[in-house]
Amino acid sequence: MLVALAGTSALPALAQFRVEVTGVGLTQLPIVIAPFRGEAQSPQKIAAIVQADLERSGQFRPVDAAGAVLDETSRPDMGVWRQKSADALVTGSVNRLADGRFDVRFRLWDVVKAQDLGGQSYVVPQGDLRLAAHRIADFIYEKLTGEKGVFSTRIAYVTRSGGRHTLWVADADGENAQAALASPEPIISPAWSPTGTQLAYVSFESRKPVVYVHDVSSGRRRLVANFRGSNSAPAWAPDGRTLAVTLSRDGGSQLYTIDANGGEPRRLVQSSSIDTEPAFSRDGKSIYFVSDRGGAPQIYRVGVGGGNPERVTFNGSYNISPAPSPDGRWLAYVSRVGGAFKLQVMELASGNVTSLTDTGSDESPSFAPNSRLIVYATQLQGREALMTTTLDGKIKARLAGKGGDIREPDWGPFQAQ
Amino acid sequence: MVKRISLSLVVLALVAGCSSGVKLNDVPVEDKSATSTAGAGAGSGAGAGGSTQSGVTPVDIGASGANAAGPANVARIIYFDFDSYSIKPEFQSLIEAHSRFLKANPNRKVVIEGHTDERGGREYNLALGQRRSEAVRRSMGLLGVTDNQVEAVSFGKEKPAAQGSDEAAMAQNRRAEVSYR
Repeated sequence: MLVALAGTSALPALAQFRVEVTGVGLTQLPIVIAPFRGEAQSPQKIAAIVQADLERSGQFRPVDAAGAVLDETSRPDMGVWRQKSADALVTGSVNRLADGRFDVRFRLWDVVKAQDLGGQSYVVPQGDLRLAAHRIADFIYEKLTGEKGVFSTRIAYVTRSGGRHTLWVADADGENAQAALASPEPIISPAWSPTGTQLAYVSFESRKPVVYVHDVSSGRRRLVANFRGSNSAPAWAPDGRTLAVTLSRDGGSQLYTIDANGGEPRRLVQSSSIDTEPAFSRDGKSIYFVSDRGGAPQIYRVGVGGGNPERVTFNGSYNISPAPSPDGRWLAYVSRVGGAFKLQVMELASGNVTSLTDTGSDESPSFAPNSRLIVYATQLQGREALMTTTLDGKIKARLAGKGGDIREPDWGPFQAQ
Repeated sequence: MVKRISLSLVVLALVAGCSSGVKLNDVPVEDKSATSTAGAGAGSGAGAGGSTQSGVTPVDIGASGANAAGPANVARIIYFDFDSYSIKPEFQSLIEAHSRFLKANPNRKVVIEGHTDERGGREYNLALGQRRSEAVRRSMGLLGVTDNQVEAVSFGKEKPAAQGSDEAAMAQNRRAEVSYR
């Protein structure tokens, strides 16, 4: 929504206000996020959360606000901000209401064209202040890039500390983590359902691996795969009605599909090798998986109705953990290269592969729902950590996380608001 | 002529489960601050601001059970070479001792737990550990143990016996354990 300010519209636009969002090597849009009026007294520093979100996306470069005191009612002097080479400006305020909730407001300005790009007002309980900041970052991201922001989404991950294993649900920046499950035995392979309300995972609490589907907000969970032997590697079909899993009930690790409510599994592929780590393509028509039918683990793809799998990875002798992007264009996975385990991304149309990291213990890649970022686990200075990376590997960020060894991230979907 | 941007004082009661913002310039002038907690949906509440939109209810699992006793004075662990699930000859007598026990006690059940060292992905290592436990189960089957007494599972790299990345520690972790339940 544009509101022209007659007082400033006479000034010429100095720089092209444009963000390039295709191709490798994104242009970063310089943006000022002025501290929100009232945030010094509020439990959360809204401007800093917004700035960190935009910076982590790799598509924005923060410009210092240098002590400017502004809010969403201000009519800022665009000349000041053009001098600082900013293309966009965000102003806002946070007010505590009589009932204990907070009123968070902001306005986004196109500095170059001196145009008001709109604003929003959110009234939230204290516990949702960070969520309000993430929604503001989404609004800004979408207005300025034309793509959907992922800052209000959630991630799941597992920590191990002092013999205790915990499955956490956190904001996409790793903050605000809440425990969904705490267990004396390992938890691996968390997988968000397409609606973002449930997590499938493998739990060893009964001293063998079994697959649960767990409703996050209520804590209610059900056993979906508890067959003889090992049950693991749950993956949701895009319609949320079916899971693919790895079962050893018929001997060896083999792939099956099963109704999300449990029941009799259907064999997907039959082999005398290890077949595991299924991952549905976005259109739900194919399943990527890992198989060592060729002698060493490689990634294959098969139609959901079964049939002849087609090999997908050809570089290197050990390729695992396929993670197809939601937009269907990319496949992230982990490759063992000279003893190190390294995150790769393949452009599916061309088969071109890019190595994304300098680290050597990368695991468990998962795409953001806008297909622009990948979260993965790795080791930094000997400690396990969660990182996000842009698809060109150029902008990386370390996520905040709960203490203890941290691993197994899965990025949740966009959720209905 | 400068168009005034009118920002009104607004307190909004949120619709349950929905916290989409309201456009600043569309908001009518209303002050509901005295009544905002009355009749509100589940998304808002009285007191300290009410429940959040993204709540998680925790589930806590207690301690896992202990193993039952098996044959006395018989080792329970079979070790494997790197990238291998072949049972080495030095473990044959161990497998024979457990097999004898199970044939003599047909109501006892055993779980063979396969493990790997720390190198490699978690799910692929789960499958490698499964190969090891199934190799032990097959050996027991060849010695006449009935199939329904033996379950083969895997812990992959999730429960190392020894911490450390040196070869000595990794050798301790490449194993299958005979666990009476």
